[in-house]
Amino acid sequence: MESYPLRYPLISHMADLSVIFAGISSPNPFWLASGPPTNTAYQAHRAFEAGWGGIVWKTIGDPTPNVSSRYSALHLGGSRMVGFNNIELISDRAPETNFRELREVKDRWPDRALIASLMTDTREHWHDLIRRAEDTGVDGMELNFGCPHGMCERGMGSAVGQNPDVAEKITSWVMEVATKPVIVKLTPNITNIVHAALAAKRGGANAISLINTIRSITQVNLDHFVPEPYVDGASTHGGYCGPAVKPIALNMVQNCAQDSDFGLPISGIGGISNWRDAAEFMALGATTVQVCTAVMHHGFRIVEGMIDGLSTYLDSKGMDSPHALIGRAVSSLHKWEDLNLNFKRVARIDHDTCIGCNLCHIACEDGAHQCIDLLDPVTTGIGYGPGRMPGKAVPVVREADCVGCNLCSLVCPVDQCVSMVEIPTDSQPMTWSQYQVLLSQGDIAPIPPHP
Amino acid sequence: MARPNQPSAESQSQFPLMEEIRGPLSDRAALAESQRCLYCYDAPCIHACPTGIDVPTFVKKISTGDVTGAAKTILTANILGASCARVCPTEVLCEGACVLGHEYDPIQIGLLQRHATDFVTARGISVLDSPAKANGFRVAIIGAGPAGLGCAADLAALGHRVVIFEKEALAGGLNTRGVAYYKMKPKVSLDEVRLVESLGVEIRTGVNVGKDLHADELLTEYDAIFVAIGLGSGSRLGIPGEVGAGVRAALDFIRDIHEIPLENVSVGKKVLVIGGGNTAIDAVSQARRLGASSATLAYRRKEDQMSAYAFEVAHARAADCRLIFEAIPREVLRNTEGNLTGVRFTHASSGTEWIEPCDQLLLAIGQPKQDHLLKSLFPALELNAIGCVLTDPLTAGTSLHKVFAGGDCANGGMEVVNAVGEGKKAAMAIHHMLTGKPTVPKLQTSRSGIARPAAGAGLWNPIRSATH
Repeated sequence: MESYPLRYPLISHMADLSVIFAGISSPNPFWLASGPPTNTAYQAHRAFEAGWGGIVWKTIGDPTPNVSSRYSALHLGGSRMVGFNNIELISDRAPETNFRELREVKDRWPDRALIASLMTDTREHWHDLIRRAEDTGVDGMELNFGCPHGMCERGMGSAVGQNPDVAEKITSWVMEVATKPVIVKLTPNITNIVHAALAAKRGGANAISLINTIRSITQVNLDHFVPEPYVDGASTHGGYCGPAVKPIALNMVQNCAQDSDFGLPISGIGGISNWRDAAEFMALGATTVQVCTAVMHHGFRIVEGMIDGLSTYLDSKGMDSPHALIGRAVSSLHKWEDLNLNFKRVARIDHDTCIGCNLCHIACEDGAHQCIDLLDPVTTGIGYGPGRMPGKAVPVVREADCVGCNLCSLVCPVDQCVSMVEIPTDSQPMTWSQYQVLLSQGDIAPIPPHP
Repeated sequence: MARPNQPSAESQSQFPLMEEIRGPLSDRAALAESQRCLYCYDAPCIHACPTGIDVPTFVKKISTGDVTGAAKTILTANILGASCARVCPTEVLCEGACVLGHEYDPIQIGLLQRHATDFVTARGISVLDSPAKANGFRVAIIGAGPAGLGCAADLAALGHRVVIFEKEALAGGLNTRGVAYYKMKPKVSLDEVRLVESLGVEIRTGVNVGKDLHADELLTEYDAIFVAIGLGSGSRLGIPGEVGAGVRAALDFIRDIHEIPLENVSVGKKVLVIGGGNTAIDAVSQARRLGASSATLAYRRKEDQMSAYAFEVAHARAADCRLIFEAIPREVLRNTEGNLTGVRFTHASSGTEWIEPCDQLLLAIGQPKQDHLLKSLFPALELNAIGCVLTDPLTAGTSLHKVFAGGDCANGGMEVVNAVGEGKKAAMAIHHMLTGKPTVPKLQTSRSGIARPAAGAGLWNPIRSATH
């Protein structure tokens, strides 16, 4: 452990990436989530050496045996592991082994955040586990109320997180003895995440982290009809994570951040693979972010790019700390009824960068609102060029009919080729709520239905 | 994307340079390449293909693991899909039209097509329907080259009784005996001939129409005739000393490569090839690859006037061939024993005179038109100014009722895929003429209604796959 190769001194960035999360200091907001990469001291040393700001240790509890195999994935169009699922349970190592290693790691890396993830059942067991964890010198504890497979069948994990009353009660047991910050990790397998977040707060938690994995089946083997991961002719519902879950996680993080009754710090989890993902979570209210699948895919080294990317980004925005970013986008989300009905955006195609795949045309034609025509480049005055040759039609937007849905710009394979342009209107902004009021007062004629 | 260059399995270790210069894609490479395809709508690659193969559909099928389905899409549009995958100048056809080529690499459509067709051939998977129920019409085809086979397959699939008359012992035309060995082995072509026969087409080889059988008999016995006799064997220079030992048509030299063991092919030490087309390139390149100590190509015009494709010229240079330009041959030189010693040239611009020594001279100055043969077969058949059959570009119909023509004898000499496309076009017109049934393109084209230049058969695919 002492013989790491020498490195050139780090180039110092203008932005200081350190954050304080529920009283826990971390040199950067990038933490490893509780999971296979945080199972041993050996891994923790390697992770901190690579630059991770914090580690949430793999959940400690009554050690449990595991099955073989354990992981499965969704691959998409040549991209491996766009989504990932696992049926691995909490640590299969003895608590005393884990606690001994936690102490060793904290001694060696005093400036990093080290969090013990815990899971047990009775009040007495929780008290015992909290005390033993705190004895190791960790900076805080994370309560695993989210594991959606195996442990929930034993009344733990998501079985707790899915029942706000139980989650509140167990959190309060923990708070009876905890002296270090306590983070409650939430399950997304619930109708309204804010209920779970508020329950954790009522129980006395200092922070929450989310999301844990989503119950899933990633693929079915079409030869023997048993999904992966395959265990002796059977499978079970696994916990889904990886890049594909990011939109779900962002939504839940923002829901909690926006709730005026909540107000606790949030550690964002779910499909974070790079600095951009992290920055988006932070903009929606996360103070730290936790990463697992991306490390399982590429190793601890990815943190260097995350640190560098976030620093450069913050510098470019004139932000001197991640705290300047945290929560910046939260208030931009409104109810649908509070969106301006009189805002108009249309698609514009840059024919000089268009390569002529016509995907915008067919997407609009078959999948949206039929307002991109294929026309002759000469008679339209667009002329020939790359993608515009004799006998080959070019896509042209009928702006008057364009509803501004974005679909063409989403399917276009060329960056910046289809842009969505705001069209000024004479109308004053009017939301659905305002429209309802105006209608009831007879101050406005009903908006005619689309032909 | 790495371009594979592994040697083919059927190794001819004595002549490693004669192995395929562009080997097949591995399964993984094919999958990765297929996943790059954008799946364009109204895709330019389809329109660039004279047989109208629905390229995005077959590439998408490869990307989902349905390689058999990909082969179906290809072979129902172009029965010679396996040979076209090897010999098509994809750089100027489908791949040249690929929209990804504007900024980076186009999809390697040719290699993907080969991947799919090889897949079913290697596994003996039958992707085409068994012969259609006979509709009572009989069609005769003269010539079992790409045009004849392309026409026969579509007609047979529609229920016509098709008989092809082929003067050679083996069917397949230049695909069987005239393609550079390092591009395609004759087996690929012969497999395709069997595929056409599996549709119920009868091929009578060794039958020379005009000698063994009078063309009038065909006109009486059959409801329609498709003339696809190709071009003649090599033209002559018409200069002193040309007739004699050591001088051959380049096509005969290439044919030897296909028909006799490579070690028995007669190759000089100093080989001189005269011509500027793709056959000249194939000949000079193969002479060098077969062990000639020097191989020189002499062309009477400048390099940019060569009809050979630039990438073919690059292949020849890569094989260490020498290319000289503006070289006008004046006299073939022989010693007192009559052995070939060289060719005297004058330079087109400067008029300088010089001698290129050689002990083998291969002539690739074009194949002569078959105007005499055509006139003897069908005295009333109208020919065009260059001695080819005058045909309607949309129907391949000729000046004679019931007689259609396509391939090199009509177009003057184009690619294999053009010949197949013309065969398909003729099949469409013959079917319409005999049955009165309309021929409807398979796919919806764009609503824009832009008139496209007539490009082969478009998307008309009467050959149905086994699971349609």
